[in-house]
Amino acid sequence: MYEMIYRRLQNKIILLTLLVSFTPLLILGVTMYYQFMRSSRANTESQIKYRAYARAEALNRFLKERTAILGAMADTHNISEISDETRLARIFEIMNARCGAFVDLGVIDDQGRHIAYVGPYDLKGRNYFDQPWFAEVVSKGAYMSDVYMGYRKMPHFIIAVRRHENWKPWILRATIDPEILNEIVRSAQIGKTGDAYIINRNGVYETQPRFDGRILFESDLDPNLFGGQVDVVELKDKNGRPVLCAGSWLKNNKWLLVIEQDPAELMEELFAVRYTEILIISIGLMAIILTTIFTTRITVKHLKESDKKMVEMNAKLVQSDKMAAIGKMAAGVAHEINNPLAVILQKTGWIEDLLEEEEFQESENFKEFRLSVLKIEEHVERARKVVHNMLGFARKMEPRLEDVDINETLNQTIDMVENYARINNIQIQVDFTKDLPIIASDQAQLQQVFLNLINNAIDAIGKDGLIEITTDCNDTEIYINFKDDGSGIAEDVQNKIFDPFYTTKVTGKGIGLGLWVIYNIINKMGGSIKVQSVMGHGAKFIVTIPVVKPEKK
Amino acid sequence: MYYLRILVVDDEVDFLDTLMNRLQLRQIKATGVASGEKALEIMRQKRFDAVILDVKMPGGMDGIETLRAMKKIQPLTEIILLTGYASKETSVEGMELGAFDYVLKPIKLDELLIKIGEALEAKSAHDDKLRKGDIKKLIRFPDNIYTQGKDEQE
Ligand SMILES: Nc1ncnc2c1ncn2[C@@H]1O[C@H](COP(=O)(O)OP(=O)(O)OP(=O)(O)O)[C@@H](O)[C@H]1O
Ligand SMILES: [Mg+2]
Repeated sequence: MYEMIYRRLQNKIILLTLLVSFTPLLILGVTMYYQFMRSSRANTESQIKYRAYARAEALNRFLKERTAILGAMADTHNISEISDETRLARIFEIMNARCGAFVDLGVIDDQGRHIAYVGPYDLKGRNYFDQPWFAEVVSKGAYMSDVYMGYRKMPHFIIAVRRHENWKPWILRATIDPEILNEIVRSAQIGKTGDAYIINRNGVYETQPRFDGRILFESDLDPNLFGGQVDVVELKDKNGRPVLCAGSWLKNNKWLLVIEQDPAELMEELFAVRYTEILIISIGLMAIILTTIFTTRITVKHLKESDKKMVEMNAKLVQSDKMAAIGKMAAGVAHEINNPLAVILQKTGWIEDLLEEEEFQESENFKEFRLSVLKIEEHVERARKVVHNMLGFARKMEPRLEDVDINETLNQTIDMVENYARINNIQIQVDFTKDLPIIASDQAQLQQVFLNLINNAIDAIGKDGLIEITTDCNDTEIYINFKDDGSGIAEDVQNKIFDPFYTTKVTGKGIGLGLWVIYNIINKMGGSIKVQSVMGHGAKFIVTIPVVKPEKK
Repeated sequence: MYYLRILVVDDEVDFLDTLMNRLQLRQIKATGVASGEKALEIMRQKRFDAVILDVKMPGGMDGIETLRAMKKIQPLTEIILLTGYASKETSVEGMELGAFDYVLKPIKLDELLIKIGEALEAKSAHDDKLRKGDIKKLIRFPDNIYTQGKDEQE
């Protein structure tokens, strides 16, 4: 019952303490984690953004250089010069030497005819007049195509610039090997998951992506997700994993450079931090749990002990209060009874005195009178004894202090009852601690205590049994234990047996003053007496006497 | 002629009367009073050898007070406390105030006389040495008090 109350209390304290200490720790951990994640995410984004920006710049430069040299060639030659294929070949050579990546070079007149060409293909004489790019380059002055598969099954793209001469436009057109483009893009394919590629406005790959997809095929990416600046969006790949994409439109406004990266890879650092954090928090929690449980256990144990002590003390207090009250009452009763007894005794004495006179001696009932008076005196004496016993001063009021050896006193007492015990086949076994201190006490009173206890044990056993008497001591107290295997005492009776006149014995055998007197004697000596018993399993009386050192003589 | 003079103070009239009768029968000159006040009054007029004083008398002066007053009036008179019960306090206090001893009620007359004898013996230690023998005899043979007492005194 009580155990449960303590267990519940303990659990409550543990729970509350854990809750109070866990909550802030967890909140701290989570906020820290999210804070870190956010900043790390921002970091990752800016990193990938920068990469996209830098590559886009490189690509722009590459394209701008090609367009610029092409424009410069157109501007520095007139159509008649440049239509000369030897000249054109020379120009082509210079351009490749200066810039590289040019595959061919051709001149187209205002009618869209390819009038001169240097390069590996036989394109001379073709007419581009109906092709949309021709109109565009004529109107806008420059043009750049998407990548397409050339005749040699190699991806190419073209750039073209127009020049006016005598109010007629002519066009210088070059095919460019996009390998350098690829290289620039490829250099952004870093890490295990990083990808980089270019798509056009229709989402078609202009360069070979690192993983899925092929050049000139459509990608899954919607180029409209990206605006004018370098934008970062988070998408899901086929497997549902998040992918961070940074897109930057090139200056030509046709191509979109895309840098792709699994954020997890960039955030590996974050994960490492996360694991460290989780580890630290877990260790912290574990420490909190352990200390909480440990300290709570100790606290509750202390509480339990002090509660137990308190209950014991209370019981003792109640007991001694009760005994004091009974003692007071007994004293009052003693006075009220002793006074009438005194009168009775005087009256009988007076009758006796009178009976001595001669006239009565002859009376035929003289003997009867005498006998009756004697009987009355006898019973007055009996009543007197009861009252005196009740007050616990069978002998002297003040305990007489003398040097007492408890073991020796016990032995003497046992001698007094040994015969009677033997007749009833009751064995008295002793186990004394050898060097009990000699104390200053009242030997006669102690003997009375011991005798009463042994007599009670004998009465409880009746016939055939064992009484064990042991002594023990520490610095301040001597313990004397009387253990018998008699009838035992029911638990609800145990606090009554010390009351005066409580007895279970037949009239004449006991009046119930034995333990009351014992209690008072021991109490006066500053000691205590306790009983331990289970009904049917004998009883044990434990007498505790303080060690009072005799004065040195 | 020497009379043993004893004062008995007890509020229990039945007890007092009977005790008086019995003492008289034993030729002991005893005076009995039922209260502390009366006892003091009579002590101012007459000298007593011993006083038997009931400690606990409800109403009027209590035994200890009476004892204190008596010791002022007749410091040499031995006082025996009579009590229905002896509480540690009253008995110890009584002894400290100079009572000779205390006896517990009920008590047989013979025992009471022995106690009185002891008290007087103690008193005679300070008293006239001549009387000592008298008193001893008196206690042992109370019936011979007149003759013997007279003989020795004259
Ligand atoms: N060792 C014991 N075993 C069993 N019961 C006991 C024992 N000691 C005491 N008792 C019980 O306690 C009661 C009170 O004991 P206590 O010594 O006060 O009185 P008593 O033995 O009955 O009479 P008295 O001692 O006055 O002759 C006993 O009547 C008995 O019922
Ligand atoms: Mg008993």
